[in-house]
Amino acid sequence: MKRFPEYFTFWHIAGHYGLRVFAFLVLLFLMLPILVIMPLSFNAEPFFTFTEGMLALDAEAYSIRWYQEILDDQKWLLAIRNSFVVGFAAATIATVLGTVAAVGLSSPWMPYKRIITALLLSPMIVPLIIIAAGMFFFYTQFNLVGTYGGLIIAHAALGVPFVIITVTATLSGFDRSLFVAGLSLGASPVKVFWDVVIPLIRPGVISGGLFAFVTSFDEVVLVLFLAAPNNAPFRARCFPGCANRSIQPSLRLRPCLSCSRRRCCSHWKRCADVPQR
Amino acid sequence: MTAATPNLDRADARNAAREARKRKLQAFLFVVPLLVFIIFAFVAPITTMLYRSIHNPTVANLVPETLAALAEWSGDDMPDDAVLIQFAADMKRMANDRTSGKLADEINRALPGMSSVVKSTARALRRVDDAEIASNGATLLKDANDRWADPATWRALKAAGKPYTDSYYLTSVDLERDADRSIVQRDTQIYVKLYTKTLRMALIITLLTVLLGYPLAFYMAHASDKMANFLMVFVLLPFWTSLLVRTTAWIALLQTNGVVNSTLMALGIADEPLEMLYTQFSTVIAMTHILLPFMVLPLYSVMRGIDQSYMRAALSMGSKPLGAWYKIYLPMSLPGLSAGALLVFIISVGYYITPALVGGTDGQMISNIIAFHMQTSNNWELAAALGSLLLVIILLLYWLFDRFVGASNIKLG
Repeated sequence: MKRFPEYFTFWHIAGHYGLRVFAFLVLLFLMLPILVIMPLSFNAEPFFTFTEGMLALDAEAYSIRWYQEILDDQKWLLAIRNSFVVGFAAATIATVLGTVAAVGLSSPWMPYKRIITALLLSPMIVPLIIIAAGMFFFYTQFNLVGTYGGLIIAHAALGVPFVIITVTATLSGFDRSLFVAGLSLGASPVKVFWDVVIPLIRPGVISGGLFAFVTSFDEVVLVLFLAAPNNAPFRARCFPGCANRSIQPSLRLRPCLSCSRRRCCSHWKRCADVPQR
Repeated sequence: MTAATPNLDRADARNAAREARKRKLQAFLFVVPLLVFIIFAFVAPITTMLYRSIHNPTVANLVPETLAALAEWSGDDMPDDAVLIQFAADMKRMANDRTSGKLADEINRALPGMSSVVKSTARALRRVDDAEIASNGATLLKDANDRWADPATWRALKAAGKPYTDSYYLTSVDLERDADRSIVQRDTQIYVKLYTKTLRMALIITLLTVLLGYPLAFYMAHASDKMANFLMVFVLLPFWTSLLVRTTAWIALLQTNGVVNSTLMALGIADEPLEMLYTQFSTVIAMTHILLPFMVLPLYSVMRGIDQSYMRAALSMGSKPLGAWYKIYLPMSLPGLSAGALLVFIISVGYYITPALVGGTDGQMISNIIAFHMQTSNNWELAAALGSLLLVIILLLYWLFDRFVGASNIKLG
């Protein structure tokens, strides 16, 4: 039994335990979907509910058939490969440009710092549907819609804020006199940047790059607007109608959301060859 | 080196100013590559979209000569036969190079019901002789469909032919221009209601995340380091799980024979399954779940820095727990609360995926309607106008956020 201070009344103690119970209930709420979805991916039946066999822990009711299906299906493998290619390229662009910019932004001499920071962080704030619509109109003029290039550029822009945030956070603890010391000893700014600054801020750069990669990997909306069927990454295939059959078997139960004209249309149609219902 | 002391002469001051300029430029040069990239990849697309919402040259490009002829026309009675002949010739050309459908779509937006009129007229004029049209075009046009004898049709054509228009913005706030060009309410009120609904849902979601997140962050901030780190895992794990996976998990939980309904029925709380999925309710629940970490993380980091002895002092002097919290703790945790609440509100106003998947018809938000106009109804200009209004709301909130919290204070866990 925990010891409470003497001035604690019954209500203090009730509040203490009440808070603890409430906090754990909220954590349960946070974890519940993940706890539910994982066993369902081993469902032997093509439904998205727990079968009686699963509840009875019957080994027959579980299977790895959906995982098998991903590994056997060329389309899934291509989608996974696309996710890595696009994610890696986008994260690289975002990390390189973002790190260099973060060095400038954390300089005390930086002009218009506030407005430029707000601008560079805005891809994180502006709704994806607006970004997607704008990029669709704009990239069409450069024939970038439906290409890897267009998707990589779009995802790199989305990843930039994460790199800026993590790298400026690391740089706030960086002693700028080290930079000046390097310069005073005769090294060029580029050399100082590469040999002094980068090794010191590496953790921030790496975590920023990871953030950018994950953002790209988990992004669907831009992909739905900008990708052609053969370069659609993994996540787009997970979108309903496209039926990620292993992790989300029930997605198959919903018809295609909508068919748009142009690229998306062929994309959706191709998804539609998965039997519905 | 920058501070101007009285001993410095003018040359020194000039040198210092030059040095300061050089450093400013140096710092700025670091940012230039990213700035150029973001302007091309992000700012320019959004500007294009804003431009598209007021600029639609489709009709102006399709029938430039007819519109030039119509420019002189007053709009009260029928235009001259010369205009009609010119339009008949344009119609024949469009019927043959298959662009009449585009014209039909555009005019139909200005005057509903015109789509079939334009299409049938195009079919009727397609095989007619050029000479016949030149001599008898006006009669041919009126014979093909008698709506061409109605001045309202020509007013609609003239209105649709303007390359710059505010009509999409009017539509997006449920207004339109009537025959006299004055602004009136539309018969069907859709978008204002939708914006209100979106803002209301975002507000409910924000309140729910506060109600759930604040006690959790409070508990975590006051637990031992080891416990706090352990609990943090359970906050970050869902945060890092794919959005699609979490949204579909809510489908599994909330569907008619899903986990929640089965549990409620097994416990005897409900007699028959509740219809929870594909409603506003499911959207709010799933989005609260998805956005909760955005509330907990800034709250936690602020609460962690609050000295606990203030609360202990208040309690030991006989303050009631809630009173002490309200008078002492709440003001100190306000920075975290406002950061989290603004962030959650901003993100939820523009949310697309979750309402699209679990919202049904009832739980759709403004983003879903923009996507609908982009993909299904192909009314791109209206989508752009709706998107621009949404963007204005978001930027306003972002400005508030930057002002009170600072954009660079966004926490990533």
